[in-house]
Amino acid sequence: MSVAPYPEVGRVRSFLDFYATMIRTAISSQVQYRVAHYFYMLGMVAEPVIYIVVWTTIAKAHGGSVNGITAGQFAAYYIVWTLVRNMNVVFGAPYWEWRIREGELSGQLLRPLHPINYDIGWFAGSKFVNVVLWIPIGAALYAVFHPTLSPTVLQGVVFFFAIWGAYFLRTFIQSTIGMLNFWTTRGAAVFDLYMTAELLLSGRLVPLKLMPGWVQMISNFFPFKWTFFFPIEALVGNLSTRSLLLGLAAQIGWTIGMVVLFKFAWRAAIKRFSAVGG
Amino acid sequence: MNVLRVGWLYLKMGVLNELQYRVNFFVQLFQALIQVAVALVVLALVYSHTTTLNGWTQPELLTLMGVQILLGGIIHTFVQPNMGRLMDDVQKGTLDQALTKPEDAQLLVSVREVRIWSLVEVVSGSIVLIVGSSRLQSTLGGLDTLAFLAALSLGAVMLYCFWLVITTGAFWIVRMDHVLELFEGIYATGRFPVGIYPSWMRYGVTFLVPVGFAVTVPAQALTARLHGLTLLGAAGFALALFIFTRWFWRFGLKRYSGASA
Repeated sequence: MSVAPYPEVGRVRSFLDFYATMIRTAISSQVQYRVAHYFYMLGMVAEPVIYIVVWTTIAKAHGGSVNGITAGQFAAYYIVWTLVRNMNVVFGAPYWEWRIREGELSGQLLRPLHPINYDIGWFAGSKFVNVVLWIPIGAALYAVFHPTLSPTVLQGVVFFFAIWGAYFLRTFIQSTIGMLNFWTTRGAAVFDLYMTAELLLSGRLVPLKLMPGWVQMISNFFPFKWTFFFPIEALVGNLSTRSLLLGLAAQIGWTIGMVVLFKFAWRAAIKRFSAVGG
Repeated sequence: MNVLRVGWLYLKMGVLNELQYRVNFFVQLFQALIQVAVALVVLALVYSHTTTLNGWTQPELLTLMGVQILLGGIIHTFVQPNMGRLMDDVQKGTLDQALTKPEDAQLLVSVREVRIWSLVEVVSGSIVLIVGSSRLQSTLGGLDTLAFLAALSLGAVMLYCFWLVITTGAFWIVRMDHVLELFEGIYATGRFPVGIYPSWMRYGVTFLVPVGFAVTVPAQALTARLHGLTLLGAAGFALALFIFTRWFWRFGLKRYSGASA
């Protein structure tokens, strides 16, 4: 008896099946650690709250605005920041070191799919839990800091895609940097450098408008601002329809570029891998 | 006396252990440089849009940031590694090994680990602090310096207590992932004077989480803002917090049932 050849449709479907299962597993697993999750959230929320307080203090001392940004707009920027931050947390570069050192990777290489699929699926799943747990925090921040926020439907739609775009883009940025761990056990130093560049050039620290002109110029040559500034600005700013759509296109472009870079880095890196336990 | 002897012995062991990993020194140095650079960028950004922040001038805020980095270095060197190990021990049930020793358990869990390379932050923080305070209008007297050192020590005690209270939570929660992020996030509020926060938050980061006390009060001593009464209040608060921490630690310990052996 002969077995019918595996149809191409089956491959796509099993791929989607895999992702659906990963996401479901991540959700049910993440829900169990709510307390730990709130530790993380509260620690994370401290950062934008500090920024809101500092910039509204300055705005109030200078007749209500800094560079044309009002206290309410600062509040809106940094509150949306918290949601974007939740979405762009990914399997970080330092964890590649752990994965290699502990021999985790050996087992993962034996699976039929590239390990990054597991990372993407797992973290995508935990986003659903993150966002649900974020809602009370977002509501509290809204009540306390009175943001000026009135997005249009289009802005909302673009924002929805932009936060997922930020998630994918940041996944591939961090995974590419993670490849360095195949060469060195001191990847942390490079990672710190990356985090600093991202902090300053992404709009994470301040809306890019507050940066000196030359910093804004430099930020155009890096993918970072598409993971913070663009999604936030899409919702709170007043970008034209054209800029919104072009922004999404730029995000996709950078993501494709980073995927290609990651593939190259992975091919070079995996040749250097020799198993450690597992 | 015994407390000091045991503490000193563990400290020596910890230092010897760490000295084996000398490259870590350079990694720490690099990280400290980045940390200072970011602090300076933030300072430059803030003061490119204003001349004073809630009454604090640029050199004054620089001094405050120096205090925050310095105190952070003390915590990273002596407190945080111990608390990390304690959480691990509770989760794995290996805390038995500390509890079965004849010495006081709170003392033992607080001195077992030391990361001396993090002292780099104490140095970098001190440099920032000295540069900041040398640009101040007023000159520092001997009394100010003494008050500063006293306030800094009290701040370290408060942060230790806060860490131990949180870590004691492991007896109930067991899995304490992300508690480090929680602390680092909240500790970052200390980069700015506690007075700038809205009142509900000011009380939060002063009494609930003593970062305001721990960082702002020493910085006040350096910037001629400190009243003797505040320092006295800080001393009283540190003492109360320490007593509460000790009680809470013992209370939590009752819930521990070893899982090792």
